[in-house]
Amino acid sequence: MNSVYLSHNNIISAYGFDSAAAVSSIKNEVSGLSLVDDSKILPNPFYSSLIPQGSLSEAFEKLNPKEAYTRLEQILLVSLADTIKKSGIELSDRVGLIVSTTKGNIDVLEDDSPFNEERAYLNELGKKIENFFGFKNEAIVLSNACVSGVLALAVAKRFIHQKRYDHVFVVAGDLVSKFILTGFNSFQALSETPCRPYCKTRAGINIGEVGCSVLVTADNTNLVDESVRIIGEASCNDANHISGPSRTGEGLYRSIVSAMNQAEIEADAIDYISAHGTATNYNDEMEAIAFNRANLQHTPLNSLKGYFGHTLGASGLLETIIGMYSLHSNTLFASLGFQELGVSKPLHIIKKTTAKESSIFLKTASGFGGCNTAAIFQKVNS
Amino acid sequence: MSSADYKIKSYCHIRDGKVSKNGEVLFSDSSEEFSAFIKATYKHFETDYSKFFKMDNLSKLAFMGAEVLLRDTDEKNIALILSNRASSLDTDRKHQAAISKQSGAFASPAVFVYTLPNICMGEISIRHELYSENSFFIFAEFKPHLLSDYANDLLETEKANEVLCGWVDYDKGKYDAFLYVIAKKGLLPLDTGELTKLYRTK
Amino acid sequence: MSELKLELKEKIIEQLNLEDVSVDEIADNDPLFGEGLGLDSIDALELIVMLDKDYGIKLADPKEGRKIFESIDTMAAYIAANRSN
Repeated sequence: MNSVYLSHNNIISAYGFDSAAAVSSIKNEVSGLSLVDDSKILPNPFYSSLIPQGSLSEAFEKLNPKEAYTRLEQILLVSLADTIKKSGIELSDRVGLIVSTTKGNIDVLEDDSPFNEERAYLNELGKKIENFFGFKNEAIVLSNACVSGVLALAVAKRFIHQKRYDHVFVVAGDLVSKFILTGFNSFQALSETPCRPYCKTRAGINIGEVGCSVLVTADNTNLVDESVRIIGEASCNDANHISGPSRTGEGLYRSIVSAMNQAEIEADAIDYISAHGTATNYNDEMEAIAFNRANLQHTPLNSLKGYFGHTLGASGLLETIIGMYSLHSNTLFASLGFQELGVSKPLHIIKKTTAKESSIFLKTASGFGGCNTAAIFQKVNS
Repeated sequence: MSSADYKIKSYCHIRDGKVSKNGEVLFSDSSEEFSAFIKATYKHFETDYSKFFKMDNLSKLAFMGAEVLLRDTDEKNIALILSNRASSLDTDRKHQAAISKQSGAFASPAVFVYTLPNICMGEISIRHELYSENSFFIFAEFKPHLLSDYANDLLETEKANEVLCGWVDYDKGKYDAFLYVIAKKGLLPLDTGELTKLYRTK
Repeated sequence: MSELKLELKEKIIEQLNLEDVSVDEIADNDPLFGEGLGLDSIDALELIVMLDKDYGIKLADPKEGRKIFESIDTMAAYIAANRSN
């Protein structure tokens, strides 16, 4: 099988409008979370990281839009425009487009939205992005809960392997919305303070918002310094409960093992784990169990939710991109918010920014519906 | 084994008040409303699974389609690749309505959990004890060639022994499910033309 | 109190979609979770919403729910003592 790579990339976040802005802040252990007071979303203030509307509008205007686009569309278009431009790839019929999102333009369901309810259909969102850039292939929209962002990379790899495409652009994003926050609130899952993954005093999640994009390609002449090869990936369901994670970490454990088998590596070859770490009691505990079953309890691990919050359909891709930079700079980023281990099995949580020669990292994600995805990436430039 | 060798092992339709398997109508019901129809379907197949009644419409539809196809199989390594146009919008609207009330706005966790289209695959996985891969795609219409590409890769890389694919859409009272199992042995050749023809069969 | 218990049984059956369960089948001191009715974590969250929505009781700590929702008896006792509507 020929290698499939992750190449040009972009992150739009509270930190700024490119990946470098996010990476540099993370390296300095600076959180992107702040207290947001917006009664249209929740009656009480809540912690989140948001893309500043003013900067977003400014960046979007530079793309010369010819019609009105929703906030999410603007976020996705600005991110993807940067990645496409940097890649220099012509959008032929050998180029695919995957959009990863859990809820898309869910805000158009609100009474005061200037957009028609039709815009809430995810294929409409896909079409807007596809048509904006003139993709020759129809957008493939993936909506698979919080594993969507990593799963989208696996999907891209498979379509390239099946020779349907030579390159695939993957773009991911979700909004911080009343829809989502009231939902998680009804699950008693929201933290009133910045989240603390794996910590003894963790009290739930924060929801955050980013747009991110990456080029997935079989072409090893169009890579960047932080490029990685996808050497293994797998997704396995818990077959246990639609919202509660498996008590034995079944699906996540199987995903990790299957990904390692495909990559033909053992646990000790993995230098760093970018875990899901949403900071709920059950999720973090489940991950600790799964990582221990896979013999990964000594591998340096972080969750990036303390920087961005949980960015839903974007999280898997966002955190993978950060992982690429982590590998490239031989730096392990701190798992922000962590003080004292609060799970029943040992984990090696990265407490502060640390230099470490690294060439392989594991990204995991888990989501409602019992889904889990694991993907393993290897540095291209040593 | 290459993709040219994979087969459609079995398929089912649930639409227009009928449930059919491999082209043969197994059950029909004249109820106008989906909830009455799908409940009658559940009872007809002696499903005996009380969690069914907590599911949303999309999950009930997908669940019964999978029930028809997977009930008699021992195979456990079956990946699920489903798709639709409306995602979970039917349930999304319910959640939106609950939170939009001027006074007394209470979100229901039992509704919110179904505001993701992949939950229906979670329900199928739990019922049939499948620890396999699930992926949910949103398209304007049924796209057999993309689902087949994906399924082929899973089978070739031995990530799954069989793949349950298809289209399961529920929106504004209208339901349309076409599910099929791809395997090494089966009734029909696996090709886009065949699948499109089967999908369109009344 | 027995009126409240009946009301709770009816609400639980309706709210939690317990098809084919009648109020007669729920004994006042039957365990609601685990065995008995076999309610799960989402059902527990729904009951917390019900306490707030129908009886005006906001649980300070959702973990309290475990004890309160043990049975119809414990639920009724708690609601009778704490309701604001």
